[in-house]
Amino acid sequence: MAVAATPSAGGAYLERYADARRRLAAGSAPWLEGWRRAGAEAFRGAGFPTIKNEGWRFTPLYGLVEGDFSVDAPAAPFDQSRIKGVTFGREAGNRLVFVNGRLRGDLSSLKQLSPGIELLSFAEALASRPRLVEAALGTAPGLAGHPFAALNAAFAADGYVLHLAPGARSEAPIEILWIGSGADKPPVYHPRNLVVAGNGAHATVIEHHVGLCIGAYFSDTVTEIALGEGAVLRHCKVQDESREAFHLALTGARLAAGAHYDSFVHSAGGRLSRNEIHVALEGRRAQCRLNGAYLGRGEQIVDHTTVIDHVSPETSSKELYKGVLDGRARGVFQGRITVRPNAQKTDGQQMNRALLLSDKAEIASKPELEISADDVKCSHGATAGELDDVSLFYLRSRGIPEAEARRLLVEAFLNEVIDSVALAGMRLTLERNIARWMAGPA
Amino acid sequence: MLEIKDLHATVDGKEILRGLSLSIKAGEVHAIMGPNGSGKSTLSYVLAGRDGYAVTKGEVLYRGKNLLAMEPEVRAAEGVFLAFQYPVEIPGVSNTTFLKHALNAVRKHRGESELDAMQFVKLLRETMKKLGMSEEMLKRAVNVGFSGGEKKRNEVLQMALLKPAFAVLDETDSGLDIDALKVVSDGVNSLRAPDRAMLVITHYQRLLDYIVPDHVHVLAKGRIVRSGDKSLALELEKSGYAAFAKEAA
Ligand SMILES: Nc1ncnc2c1ncn2[C@@H]1O[C@H](COP(=O)(O)OP(=O)(O)O)[C@@H](O)[C@H]1O
Ligand SMILES: [Mg+2]
Repeated sequence: MAVAATPSAGGAYLERYADARRRLAAGSAPWLEGWRRAGAEAFRGAGFPTIKNEGWRFTPLYGLVEGDFSVDAPAAPFDQSRIKGVTFGREAGNRLVFVNGRLRGDLSSLKQLSPGIELLSFAEALASRPRLVEAALGTAPGLAGHPFAALNAAFAADGYVLHLAPGARSEAPIEILWIGSGADKPPVYHPRNLVVAGNGAHATVIEHHVGLCIGAYFSDTVTEIALGEGAVLRHCKVQDESREAFHLALTGARLAAGAHYDSFVHSAGGRLSRNEIHVALEGRRAQCRLNGAYLGRGEQIVDHTTVIDHVSPETSSKELYKGVLDGRARGVFQGRITVRPNAQKTDGQQMNRALLLSDKAEIASKPELEISADDVKCSHGATAGELDDVSLFYLRSRGIPEAEARRLLVEAFLNEVIDSVALAGMRLTLERNIARWMAGPA
Repeated sequence: MLEIKDLHATVDGKEILRGLSLSIKAGEVHAIMGPNGSGKSTLSYVLAGRDGYAVTKGEVLYRGKNLLAMEPEVRAAEGVFLAFQYPVEIPGVSNTTFLKHALNAVRKHRGESELDAMQFVKLLRETMKKLGMSEEMLKRAVNVGFSGGEKKRNEVLQMALLKPAFAVLDETDSGLDIDALKVVSDGVNSLRAPDRAMLVITHYQRLLDYIVPDHVHVLAKGRIVRSGDKSLALELEKSGYAAFAKEAA
């Protein structure tokens, strides 16, 4: 039942939402409207990627291309009490809440922002800090030629903007909560987020994506990150969308000398999710760590795609993704590492490990190393295995019931990567999520 | 307590146990000795319920119930314990977590309240102290990076915590120095009680100086070929297994 997603599918999609684009254009600055139009034209030309496109072979977009979404869908009504269960509680002092991609000021709180830190919505930033937005927009690696970056640009209306002055440090983590909530028609939203960190700035951003509805929705997010010299960004994302949701997230990070981007992604929800991260290690000794823990069951497709560009010498990248797949779920891991001729003494390590709980579950791993310097240390690996029978028997022989024994072994498998998360409260959240997942589908 | 009647079992289609019968009463300690490959571990796995060990004939009654029909965790909760010849390493699961899950699962089955973290740690510390074990072993993953002796002590620790009614010790003595052997034997002896029974599988007579058995059996080619009292172990030590192997053929 594959729907042929030809370039014309891109045009048709744009036509369907022409009204929404006209509404966006009204009152927008000419530069912004020009940028959106360029995005629309690029998407019209590219269309939705199909399994014939490079980078999308394992990730068919069934149900998305023909989906009938609503750009300005009204959310089902809910208040603060409803979101209690999906926030991180005390660890986040500052929280922006977005419903269907639009900031909900009444649900958000900004209490403890340290000096030199600005956190505002994309829509607010367009009004109050247009030059900051204009300078940052569209500059991240990985966006050029990407169909979903183009689609996002065509409709970008809101998102979060985090600006850190040189040396600014956010003590408390900054939490961004994304809620998908359809009422009549499934919503689609295209958040555009910008993080600009001056030299030596430090921040932790926690993102939580949840669905407070049963039905489908489509989240097409682009996050652009620029880290100045020695800046550090810890970026922790929990993707727990509803079971029918489409979650396509593209993050591009550009790092100056000595900067550090530390990303952790937990993907558990959505019928189709793709978390794609591009990192350009532009300055000497820039480093990134991209870790992930993913869970899939039923017919879920869970895609993690990373592209790391070692531009300068002595840069390092470390990646560890671990996933547990049950039912007929498909995991996809694509990891490209490029080492430019000048980037001597770089260190690139990449590992994807999958645990398959059913014989219908599958993992597609596609590492790609492109190394043009000679003095480098690069490694990659991929493993796929089942739960160890002997370990399972050992636990059961001590009285531990089979389901509990399986849960212990799955948690043990994921522990290695969960332990890499610095925030204790976040680790607890993840452990709880995994335990809940192991207890079975809701 | 345990009644094994004409037990036949195959592994990978190969018959390993070929008509084994054994009766163990509460309060008794039985020893099984036998050459490598005679089926000692196979017997212990069949009793513990490991997959892939197919019983083709015979039965095992534990306290009058059909043991072979029970899942491995039910056997454990009902009081059957196997100290593995080769304890399993489980990376990522801390030894403390493992022990707590095991103890609470068994307590729950017995209708006892589960221990909270504090109560559990207290009990664990006391038990380890008695066994002369270092607490450092608790932080590590189950059996990962443990020496051979530490693994065996960890088996005895599990046994001491779970307090089984019927324990099988599969070559728990092999590879142990004298000090470790004493610790293991003390652990076993402290569990001896009129309402408990044990099956001690060993290759060496040495262990039986510390754990004095009521009965000794010789296993050869999947069958018990001789039974006697503890003097049989001494006799074996002198004459070796060769004579018995012939009897079994
Ligand atoms: N998993 C297995 N697969 C095939 N053969 C096995 C397996 N386990 C044991 N055996 C065979 O069964 C026989 C008895 O083994 P075992 O019970 O381990 O003997 P013991 O413990 O007395 O040394 C041996 O011939 C051994 O090779
Ligand atoms: Mg053996």
